[in-house]
Amino acid sequence: MKCDIVLAGVGGQGILSIATVLGFAALENNLYLKQAETHGMSQRGGAVQSYLRLSDRPVYSDLIPFGKADLILSVEPMESLRYLPYLSAEGYVVTNITPFMNILNYPEIELVMDEIKRLPRFVAIDAEAIAKEIGNSKTSNMVMLGAATPFIDIALQSIEHGIREIFGRKGEEMVSLNLRALHAGREFALANR
Amino acid sequence: MTKKLLLGVEAIGQGAIDGGISGVYAYPGTPSTEITEYIQGNKLAVSRNIHREWSANEKTALESALGMSYAGKRAIVCMKHVGLNVAADPFMNAAMTGINGGLIIAVADDPSMHSSQNEQDSRYYGKFAMIPVLEPSNQQEAYEMTRTGFDLSEKLGTPVLLRITTRLAHSRAGVIPVHSATVENNLKLPSDPLQFILLPAFARKRYQTLLDKQVDFERFSDESPFNGIIEGADHSLGIICCGIALNYLLENFPDGSPYPILKITQYPLSSKMVKKFEKLVDKLLIIEEGYPIVEEQLKGFFDYGKPVSGKLDGTLPRSGELNPDIIAKALHLKSASCNAIPPLVANRPPALCKGCGHNDLFLALDEVMSDYGDGHVFSDIGCYTLGVLPPYHSGNTCVDMGSSITMAKGAADAGLFPAIAVIGDSTFTHSGMTGLLDAVNEKSNILIMIGDNESTSMTGGQDSAAFGRIESICKGAGVGSEHIHVIGALPKNHEKLVSLIRHEIDYQGVSIIIPRRECVQKAARRISERKKENSGLNVL
Repeated sequence: MKCDIVLAGVGGQGILSIATVLGFAALENNLYLKQAETHGMSQRGGAVQSYLRLSDRPVYSDLIPFGKADLILSVEPMESLRYLPYLSAEGYVVTNITPFMNILNYPEIELVMDEIKRLPRFVAIDAEAIAKEIGNSKTSNMVMLGAATPFIDIALQSIEHGIREIFGRKGEEMVSLNLRALHAGREFALANR
Repeated sequence: MTKKLLLGVEAIGQGAIDGGISGVYAYPGTPSTEITEYIQGNKLAVSRNIHREWSANEKTALESALGMSYAGKRAIVCMKHVGLNVAADPFMNAAMTGINGGLIIAVADDPSMHSSQNEQDSRYYGKFAMIPVLEPSNQQEAYEMTRTGFDLSEKLGTPVLLRITTRLAHSRAGVIPVHSATVENNLKLPSDPLQFILLPAFARKRYQTLLDKQVDFERFSDESPFNGIIEGADHSLGIICCGIALNYLLENFPDGSPYPILKITQYPLSSKMVKKFEKLVDKLLIIEEGYPIVEEQLKGFFDYGKPVSGKLDGTLPRSGELNPDIIAKALHLKSASCNAIPPLVANRPPALCKGCGHNDLFLALDEVMSDYGDGHVFSDIGCYTLGVLPPYHSGNTCVDMGSSITMAKGAADAGLFPAIAVIGDSTFTHSGMTGLLDAVNEKSNILIMIGDNESTSMTGGQDSAAFGRIESICKGAGVGSEHIHVIGALPKNHEKLVSLIRHEIDYQGVSIIIPRRECVQKAARRISERKKENSGLNVL
């Protein structure tokens, strides 16, 4: 098993919560893991990424080589395109479709979506809408993680367990909300891959 | 013991706790900050009441750590690479005094300048001070080398420099810690009462002691379990890997390198080990993150001996951090084909947060400065440095902590009018106060705007040593009370702030305007903590 993931977003969108859940699941499955994060200046609304590498063999580099990522998981559509050089020939892009427009020269969203639709393998998902349906827009990152689960070779139960551990201290209601978000995202991806 | 998922910096924090420290001293700086934060949040550190408060700057931090070492206890001091410039004086002289309790100076370098103004390589400082340098290659080693680094420090009687770079600092991996932490040292004065007195007559002896120790330092590098040769079948090339460079090489050879590798994680370089390795191979490639310090040492002036390649001959790029693709290219390995970034993807630089008080400072300043033209605003290091970017374009310099005030003063000395410094609260107490004293003593014609968000925000909202003290510090330094103004950094105060700036520009002398509003990120965290407390849940 080997899964190299580029997690992408904008500083403040909380992509690390996705990494934390996956990290927990990986550890539970005795997988080797390395996860490089962006701290510091870029956290202030800049482009941020995390390289998450899971494997049943030792992982050496903290960075993913170009053309080797199995998955780009982006919580923002334009950011999903920024890391395309990392995507392998067989890799998937799973991206949220809600733009985060904190720059003046943000391209036309239709053009961004056209680029995404040109990719051979992608899932484009409205994570905010699904999260709202579930009842809490803050769960959109778990919707995104759910949408990525069909492409990550880790048992779903382990990821659910990760959510229980991470959100447990926020109460049972938050756990079940986030679990619902995870499943909703997963179902969408399975139907729209 | 169970595996913990730790950032490299957290592994260092855990290693320091398990190594029996009685204190951590630090000023926040990316990518080093979380070493201290990890210790601050650790249960054992709290129950042992390990010293874990932030210091005003890296110099005061290092001196305090040296003081704890003098008193016989173990200490770690943490900073980013440019922080070591601030602490360079005690750093160089701590090498002269040596230590009593074990002392580790942990420095995180930032090649590629993700969050820094240069990419200086702290290993040069280690060589400069002639002390051992540890450069772990992964998170587990970061833990182990910190934990055992205190023993090394005490055995050799020297401070030890622990050098990491951004990727190790901010990458997480499974780390297996030991079962129990070392007990703290007892309070014990140095056996030699002259050890810490660097008067010339004593200092000469200390310097000789330091010179004499070099043999031992090198022998310990030679015997370090973290250094060594990894065999390979093809001896046409030998690769020397320093620190995390090893990972990028092995990424290209997951089943083992065909070429022999010399793994370096402890300095000074063991000449015995390097010579042994050189005999094995036809030529050498040096892979190191940062400056080509090992390469320079081995290449020599006249290029005698076996060919040495690396950053100096262009085999590897001279600037920026390493990655697996750079190594693949240097070794002429085939890389995977990859997509290009579509041209429509726009840059997304960092920006001030929505609702940030610095925004109000810059809007007012920009309005006033439109009368004077560009080139009058001296900025500093912090979130507000982002004011130099669009939409504000407010700020013409950003050099080092505190330089806004002193550069404005120098420019005013040269005749520039107006000369305006923009500095944050924490940067002001870090290195701005002394410059203020210079300006006051000379009645320099400058305006200093202290953007006070009551926090050290760029590094994550640590407590600011300036909190509640800025006006009294300015008064104490001799600024007239009538020229010290505090104003809420709020949109409703825009006109007031504009006229205040105009008024104080007209004053011939030092004036201070303090636009003040709590950092929005810090406020949000404070509110959410309070909610958690009120709901009766445990706050981690």
